[in-house]
Amino acid sequence: MRLALKIWRQDRPQAKGQMVRYDIDGVSEDSSFLEMLDLLNEQLIAKGEEPVAFDSDCREGICGQCGVVINGEAHGPERTTTCQLHMRSFKDGDEIVVEPWRADPFPVLKDLVVDRSAFDRIIQAGGFISANTGSAPDAHATPVPKEHADRAFMAAECIGCGACVAACPNGSASLFMGAKITHLGELPQGQPERDARVVSMTAQHDAEGLGGCTNLGECTRACPKGIPLNVISQMNADLRHAGYGR
Amino acid sequence: MATTTAPAREARTGPPSILLKTVMAVTGLVGIAYLLIHMYGNLMILVGPEAFDEYAHHIRTFGEPMLPEKGLLWIIRVALLASLVLHVWAAATMWRRANAARSQRYVMTRRGYGNFYAKAMRWGGLAILTFIIFHVLHFTTQTVTIGEAHASPAARVLDTFSHWWGVLIYLAAMIFLGLHLLHGFWGGGHDDGAELLAQARRADPVRLHPGDHHHRGGLHDPAVRHPVRASRLRTADL
Repeated sequence: MRLALKIWRQDRPQAKGQMVRYDIDGVSEDSSFLEMLDLLNEQLIAKGEEPVAFDSDCREGICGQCGVVINGEAHGPERTTTCQLHMRSFKDGDEIVVEPWRADPFPVLKDLVVDRSAFDRIIQAGGFISANTGSAPDAHATPVPKEHADRAFMAAECIGCGACVAACPNGSASLFMGAKITHLGELPQGQPERDARVVSMTAQHDAEGLGGCTNLGECTRACPKGIPLNVISQMNADLRHAGYGR
Repeated sequence: MATTTAPAREARTGPPSILLKTVMAVTGLVGIAYLLIHMYGNLMILVGPEAFDEYAHHIRTFGEPMLPEKGLLWIIRVALLASLVLHVWAAATMWRRANAARSQRYVMTRRGYGNFYAKAMRWGGLAILTFIIFHVLHFTTQTVTIGEAHASPAARVLDTFSHWWGVLIYLAAMIFLGLHLLHGFWGGGHDDGAELLAQARRADPVRLHPGDHHHRGGLHDPAVRHPVRASRLRTADL
């Protein structure tokens, strides 16, 4: 495959970036999007140019490290992570525009790498449970209704990649937060901190400067794990139950 | 690559965004309730000009002698104005926050994202606000007249709608309002986690996968007993 790539290049956080065009040939349609970028970087290094910086880790769609906006869509045209996106989703001769997640709370560190520490701080604010130390409790000691377990597992699929923020026209992380709140809130172990959790996490979200939800649904469309919009309803209902923390 | 850190950002302050959304939902419902009453009154024109004028007179004397003349009218006006101010204030705050959350825009955005009426909430809302101001100047204060000035409210309505551009202004306003309510009412129900529109959510084409049963069996489903909800604070059980 022969492709024309337009990639965001930016040296450091405060630097002014720009889109740079790279022509690349000989891309296998069986390679993943990140392997295609690896190929580009090998060619750039051979020419003595600075390779394109991007995040990746597991490359099997579960760690949430990778993620770029491809032709205006977070993680590109398929419902999956960037590492699991394959070049067969594109056509020979395509022009592909690659940009980093765009949100002020996710500042660009270099090229396509953004700082997602805002998510870490939201998790620190309330994405945990208290558990007694010691030996593991018996598996059947705390019964969990099947429906609750299913919904908790569904929400727990969130890998915190930030695609929801990248896709949201308001730059909101409501889907991410809703997933965490639903995940822990559906389980008995999540109950003690349930009210405090939603209050602290939403307060941290706001302090980070992330936007508010207007129910456009772009987040759930972009989410590689297909987290549904109703986790946001759950978060709002929980926050209302907690009296908005006042 | 050496570890790079971004400069620390200042924490944003102000009311929680979700509280602002709740304010918008509640004030929006006040608006919808008023619109229904307003529509009922307007339908009197189909009964006849006398019925319409009588209705217009009646809302000024409603509740007498417990209320002074125009008493109810002023209660409604104050409530509506307060709702409108709060609604617009919350929307403007959210708009400002959204812009601040993405000061650097994408070079390329997905074509045809979202429903057009959902994206039209902000500028469509401004169009409705402009119309409301015009509407009050037109029929309430009568600063603006379409056609001639009339003492009878029914005559003012009939004269207005005998001009094509009068019809056009009101028709356009109704279209904007309809689109605003289409997303606003759906979104309001969604924000509040109300079961009112659970059906619509279940039909959500965006996602269906085996673990996802949407709200069926969720915390608000009355068909399911909720030991989880019930044991909210019983930490000893854990």
